[in-house]
Amino acid sequence: MAAKTVLNYLPRRSVVHELTGTTKLAFFLLFTFAGMLTYDTRVLLGLLAVSLLAFRASRIRLGEIRFMLVFMAVFLLLNNFFVFVFNPNQGTEIYGTRHVLLPLPGRFAITAEELFYLLNITLKYFVALPVAILFISATDPSEFAASLNSIGVSYRVGYSVSIALRYIPDIQRDYHSISQAQQARGVELGKKEPLFTRLKNAAGILLPLILSSLARIDVISNAMELRGFGKHKKRTWYAQRPFARNDYLALALGVLLLVLSVVITFWDGNRFFNPFL
Amino acid sequence: MPQPIISFSHFSFQYRAQKRPTLKDINLDIMPGERVLIAGPSGSGKSTLGSCINGLIPSSFPGEVQGTLRVDGVDAPKAGIFALSNHVGTVLQDPDGQFIGLTVGEDIAFALENDCVAQEEMKETVRHVSSLVGVESHLGFAPHELSGGQKQRVSIAGVMVDQVKVLLFDEPLANLDPQTGKQAIELIDEIQRRTGTTVVIIEHRLEDVLWRSVDRIVLMDEGCIVADMHPDELLSSDLLARHGIREPLYLTALRYAGVTVRPQMRPAQASTLTLSDAQTQQVRDWFLRAPVREENAEKRPLLEVEGLSFGYTSERRTLQDVSFSIDRGEMVSIVGRNGAGKSTLSKLICGFETPQSGVIRFEGEDIGAKSIRERAEKIGYVMQNPNQMISKTMIFDEVALGISRRGYSKEEIRERVEETLRICGLYPFRNWPVSALSFGQKKRVTIASVLVMGPELIILDEPTAGQDFRHYTEIMEFLRSLNDRGVTVAMITHDMHLMLEYTPRALVFSEGRLIADQRASQVLCDPKLVERAALKETSLFGLANRCGIVPPEALAERFIDADREVRAHGC
Repeated sequence: MAAKTVLNYLPRRSVVHELTGTTKLAFFLLFTFAGMLTYDTRVLLGLLAVSLLAFRASRIRLGEIRFMLVFMAVFLLLNNFFVFVFNPNQGTEIYGTRHVLLPLPGRFAITAEELFYLLNITLKYFVALPVAILFISATDPSEFAASLNSIGVSYRVGYSVSIALRYIPDIQRDYHSISQAQQARGVELGKKEPLFTRLKNAAGILLPLILSSLARIDVISNAMELRGFGKHKKRTWYAQRPFARNDYLALALGVLLLVLSVVITFWDGNRFFNPFL
Repeated sequence: MPQPIISFSHFSFQYRAQKRPTLKDINLDIMPGERVLIAGPSGSGKSTLGSCINGLIPSSFPGEVQGTLRVDGVDAPKAGIFALSNHVGTVLQDPDGQFIGLTVGEDIAFALENDCVAQEEMKETVRHVSSLVGVESHLGFAPHELSGGQKQRVSIAGVMVDQVKVLLFDEPLANLDPQTGKQAIELIDEIQRRTGTTVVIIEHRLEDVLWRSVDRIVLMDEGCIVADMHPDELLSSDLLARHGIREPLYLTALRYAGVTVRPQMRPAQASTLTLSDAQTQQVRDWFLRAPVREENAEKRPLLEVEGLSFGYTSERRTLQDVSFSIDRGEMVSIVGRNGAGKSTLSKLICGFETPQSGVIRFEGEDIGAKSIRERAEKIGYVMQNPNQMISKTMIFDEVALGISRRGYSKEEIRERVEETLRICGLYPFRNWPVSALSFGQKKRVTIASVLVMGPELIILDEPTAGQDFRHYTEIMEFLRSLNDRGVTVAMITHDMHLMLEYTPRALVFSEGRLIADQRASQVLCDPKLVERAALKETSLFGLANRCGIVPPEALAERFIDADREVRAHGC
């Protein structure tokens, strides 16, 4: 049975895939850091361009990550809405001017400054998103733990993350067969039922699911210990690849972008680029 | 005189949560290069003994140790699991659960990674070891791309990279189809011969392990060693029967025929067994004394399947053009290797999946348009793992779940549940929590929870997986009693004994097709069919040939009748 996961590795031949996991993770961190530091629209647009180019280079199609994109869009809309509701005049406070576009009652007048501020926030997410997706979708899961470990995360944590990712399809499959067996005993999970009944019935699936997952964890942790997992402070990695020229280039680019973004942003002593002056 | 590599001396162990020790005063020496089978019923302490050897006790399962245990010169209980991992390699019973790496190569290298071996050396070792077990061309494969047998090879390779002196196999046959199990035993034998490693196999399926020879069998029961002897001697005694272990079928048949089995006949393996002319004559005489079988003439089809095809993806069909019918009151087994389409078939019948083409009729009526719930009124489905089915904490509630929404009064529900619990022998436990039950009892609860809905047909997925002989007999006799009450039973199984002893008829699947639909005894006496469907021929087939009984399945049938007689009268 084909278990679909929301985010998974999409193998193919591309420059991005050939970079080591460590490089992609480090680049992702540098890049996100650069994006989070600045509110300078010019810098953000520049970073977005790099981010989109990298995505292009990975040969991953938009259709393959549609779910993630839709999820992100909904999240951003909500986020912007609440930023606006909590303080509709944040833009004015930052940029010092007030151009009302749509006069609404109370403090909720829509100003050009506020819209521009929201645009910047949205841009920040769009800068980080493609690179984040690349790290997850273009990194061989085998390298995942190794790359977390190489930037200083304990290998136990790294390995737990990668094992958890790996078990998602198995647990989905368990869920599927458990819910089928429940349905065969007259438990309805469909939309016809009232919400409370549905929740109660879903709980009936949870208990067996948790028990069988715990049993799984038990077996794997024993198997791992029997083969010496956790014996030493360090470990080596079979699937780790050596750094190639492109890895150094990518890392240099990451550092360069961070430095550039910091320099341009703080050149005039303000994190915000102000088009209203 | 060489030193023993494993040496238990006045060794006892008690789990922290238990009142009594699980192992009592164990004294056992195993010599380097020996092949030892540790057999015993569930709860005999054989797995605990294994966990002491590999260090899971006391590292993962704490408790109190008395006496001494030395493994390859190491004081095992004190040394801990990591120190022992370089001396003892353990292959657990579940080849899926112990697959740690994301690919074959990574999984084999796992122990080396933990030992901080440099990558170059690691790759070299992986290449070498993988060629020893024959998976060298699969290093980049993910677990779901491998068969059960290949996964087990990977598990074995994964513990061999440490150049361990002892290989410990904990129920290696539990999750494999019969043919793969046979190959696993051959592989273990071959590795042992090539490397001279000490091999300890923990298994209750004696006949399957004895496909290749072992030096010694240690028989355990209730925490003690009750026998420690050469297989030929053990099989000539009545110890196996006394301690709930099934002896090889050919030996049971010989006993029924009145032949006395002696160690000189080398009974441990069917291939080494010697029979005198007088003895084969004895078997023939017994065969001819067969009582006449009564056949139930009346045949009314209950379930009819016609031209059924299904595939999860459009390129690969999981089932292709399958047609058969099951009559009311039948007991049928559905067999074939993993992935042959057996489980898919039951999912289609229960309505969990929708076929691409074909018709399923129940009591003459096309049920294609019926929902899962509607079908469940007539067709019950029992999953392999009871833990995946049980969703309530109390036994009564669990059994009541299936009828709780049918509009019965509380009183009616109580009556039906209690009656079902009585049939299933669970009535005394009706107010117990499910967690207090053993695995076999939980299995009964799941059967009860399906039975309460009053189905005409019950489909069970591997009803006896992981059960020892006593529990196997209990569950199967229970199913037969249900069958006698008129419930039609179909079972998906890898257990050749079950198939032969309890189901007169077998449906054999291979690569999505129904390749045979005939008497189980015929299937297991047909070497070609056995090969194609990854089954294992019954040792009665060999015995029939040696005694000149034609057709060989007739001996198998005679045996089953005699066996049923014995079991019915409990002697």
